Amino acid sequence: MNAASDPGPALLEVRGLSKSFGTLRALQEVDFTLQAGEIHALLGENGAGKSTLIKAVTGVFPRDAGIVRLSGTEVALRSAKAAVDAGIATVYQEVNLLLNLSVAQNLYLGRQPTRFGLVREAEMRRNATALLAEFDLHIDVAEPLGTYSVAVQHIAAIARAVDQSARVLILDEPTASLDRHEVEILFAVMRKLATRGIGVVFVTHFLDQVYEICDRITVLRNGRLIGERKTDELPRIELIRMMLGRELAETTSERAAAQVRQAGELCARFEGYGKTGYVAPFDLALRRGEVVGLAGLLGSGRTETARLVFGAERADSGGATVDGKPVRLQSPRDAVAHGFGYCPEERKTEGIIADLTVRENIVLALQAKRGLAKPLSRSEQDEIAMRFIRLLDIRPPEPERPIGLLSGGNQQKVLLARWLATAPRVLVLDEPTRGIDVGAHAEIIRLIRELCDDGLALLVISSELDEIVTYSDRVIVLRDRSHIDELEGEAIDISNILAAIAASSTIGAEAG
Amino acid sequence: MRRLPPVAITAIVFVVGFALCTAQFPNFASTRVAANLLTDNAFLGIVATGMTFVIISGGIDLSVGSVIGFTTVFVALAIERLGVPPLVAFAAILMLCAAFGAAMGAIIHVFDMPPFIVTLAGMFLARGASFLMSTESTPISAPLYSTVSDFALRLPGGGRLTAIALIMLAVVAAGAVLLHFTRFGANVYALGGSRATTALMGIPVGSMTVRIYMLSSVLAGLAGIVFSFYTAAGYSLSAVGVELDSIAAVVIGGTLLTGGQGSVVGTLLGVMIQGLIQTYINFDGTLSSWWTKIVTGILLFAFIALQQAMLGIARRAGPRKAGVLKP
Ligand SMILES: Nc1ncnc2c1ncn2[C@@H]1O[C@H](COP(=O)(O)OP(=O)(O)OP(=O)(O)O)[C@@H](O)[C@H]1O
Ligand SMILES: [Mg+2]
Repeated sequence: MNAASDPGPALLEVRGLSKSFGTLRALQEVDFTLQAGEIHALLGENGAGKSTLIKAVTGVFPRDAGIVRLSGTEVALRSAKAAVDAGIATVYQEVNLLLNLSVAQNLYLGRQPTRFGLVREAEMRRNATALLAEFDLHIDVAEPLGTYSVAVQHIAAIARAVDQSARVLILDEPTASLDRHEVEILFAVMRKLATRGIGVVFVTHFLDQVYEICDRITVLRNGRLIGERKTDELPRIELIRMMLGRELAETTSERAAAQVRQAGELCARFEGYGKTGYVAPFDLALRRGEVVGLAGLLGSGRTETARLVFGAERADSGGATVDGKPVRLQSPRDAVAHGFGYCPEERKTEGIIADLTVRENIVLALQAKRGLAKPLSRSEQDEIAMRFIRLLDIRPPEPERPIGLLSGGNQQKVLLARWLATAPRVLVLDEPTRGIDVGAHAEIIRLIRELCDDGLALLVISSELDEIVTYSDRVIVLRDRSHIDELEGEAIDISNILAAIAASSTIGAEAG
Repeated sequence: MRRLPPVAITAIVFVVGFALCTAQFPNFASTRVAANLLTDNAFLGIVATGMTFVIISGGIDLSVGSVIGFTTVFVALAIERLGVPPLVAFAAILMLCAAFGAAMGAIIHVFDMPPFIVTLAGMFLARGASFLMSTESTPISAPLYSTVSDFALRLPGGGRLTAIALIMLAVVAAGAVLLHFTRFGANVYALGGSRATTALMGIPVGSMTVRIYMLSSVLAGLAGIVFSFYTAAGYSLSAVGVELDSIAAVVIGGTLLTGGQGSVVGTLLGVMIQGLIQTYINFDGTLSSWWTKIVTGILLFAFIALQQAMLGIARRAGPRKAGVLKP
């Protein structure tokens, strides 16, 4: 619309882009403009079409209509490679890089330094080490990427794209598995790129991050362009209204006052539970109707604690009791038999079965729990699937759609539904709101509270401290793979948690 | 990089096997036996090198045995019936093989078909075509053939390192360099890790697939030429089942059947282990040569079980070893 008055051609211009998957119109006549040197947020609910827009622009999906111009020249990118060659580097939402290759190979795949056709391994490793050092990551780059945590894998993916971005850098939810410190480093890098004249497209569901770093915002809803604004001219309320098409019922980041719930009866207790070299022995009591939050930096032992509790990892010290009776949790199977459920952080690799339908994915754990001898009837399955599709607002609301075709956030909702469907007594949620949009975020937090009122014991891991503070009755703070503090009642607030993390800075002694 | 362990186990199996044979037959440990081991398995070593690339990339090539058979017939007929100079015939068949492999790779990529099916079709096609050309064994008497079979490097102790053994060693060496030290090789591992991710990382997945199957077919063609040197004949029934022998060699050599991990050196060891069993049976003189297949089967099973176990361990201990970040 206002293109005519622009000083020169924009760095990246998308005009009238449409894309359908069968009858589903994922994008309709979408325009998008990225200026050189700006950081531009691409926002919208789960399933709004953000990832599809990125893939259609970078040639991963063929588009039905529309044109893409780079610095004024029309380009027809037909593959991810063509996009990279044109100077557009992308971290796609689902990218995990290649776990079987070394970190260095992952960073330089397809562009390794060579001499006479041979890869110069030593030089490549040096470059890789230096590149990761910019992200404050100091690891052995000759090791396979698969031996490192998801967060490290994501940083590697980002580092690769940053290093490749000649003109445009596109990041589709890059911060979903990073913690504050890493996010800050990423932002510093993004700012540096922007001052060099590179345009950065940033997709996220963290609105704080949008206001922290983005110059402009483009909002999509149901595959349509809702509008493009300057960040400082768009109040948050207005932004949410643009994204959801309605007001958000309540603000969720306040600790509910009525939360002085009666601590219910003891459900499960772990004493001196630990595994050498994995998590230091800890005591943990889970009571009915209570939410225990696990807070700490990445790698502090949060997920490790969850895996021990769920039997995904075997403890070598201490003991567990459920309802006062000693139990052995040797495997997830044992845990499920005792009424435990676990929604893992690495949903992509540990969770979804892409070819099965939404319904099949939802009933999977419930069916496994009942045993194959007692199959759920089809109508029961339909009923359960529809209930959770409605409850979690999974879109599109089609139980028979293969889950692989859902947007990233909606896939996560399905996985959450899978464990909720088993009606567990103890539920462990690792980052339950990752990649989930503002609207659904509020829904999930409300759901967590409701579940507790129904007598469920919850153990929740989250990097979002305000989120933890919102729903937890107790917060356990971890650091360097041991439980270092426990906050209760009034003591639970963000500054206390941060203080607890910082206070025990006995790093030097243990690092290495 | 991290490819040592499975290969090391293969190497140990080979050394232990060789030691056991030597313990039973004192003159086993001679350059003569070693050189024959290389010569007798030269063609297998060459195809298995190509197969290593295919399997690491996450595919499979069932057509190689038939391509060897086709090549021997083609070469024999071209030289003996049509009077084509051997080198010209070789060049022609290698180009034909390249086109054949490229076609299979293209079909696999473009139509997104399972390599198993496409190369199975290729297997029938190549075998059928060689029957069409001739059903009899055609002896080759070109002078080049006697020159090549007379050529050998004499080793101390009476061993003869033949031309075809040298060709095989050269192919293995070149294959190892290509796989472990070039961008092409890294892309092969990447494809075996995940096709979709590799494509998103901007690697031309289609042309890689075409080139990998091309490489496998060309090496099968070369193996066919070597086979025709070895037998001095072309026969449409030659090398039946060699695709399975080579897959077995690759897997025993520590390459993951699901792709993403493996090495060429391991494959050579896998080939040598199969040869060792055959040689043992020859020395013994009373055993049926089918024992080769039985022992190979047992080894194969053991190696696949071992890989699964190691994968399981890796997964348990897995992805949370490091990456603790400083706050
Ligand atoms: N390969 C595909 N085949 C069919 N439908 C698809 C495919 N990919 C995405 N869709 C559909 O297109 C719509 C837009 O999905 P997209 O992944 O672009 O959403 P998104 O905005 O990135 O959401 P999220 O925040 O959850 O990642 C969704 O309804 C999704 O189900
Ligand atoms: Mg997305």
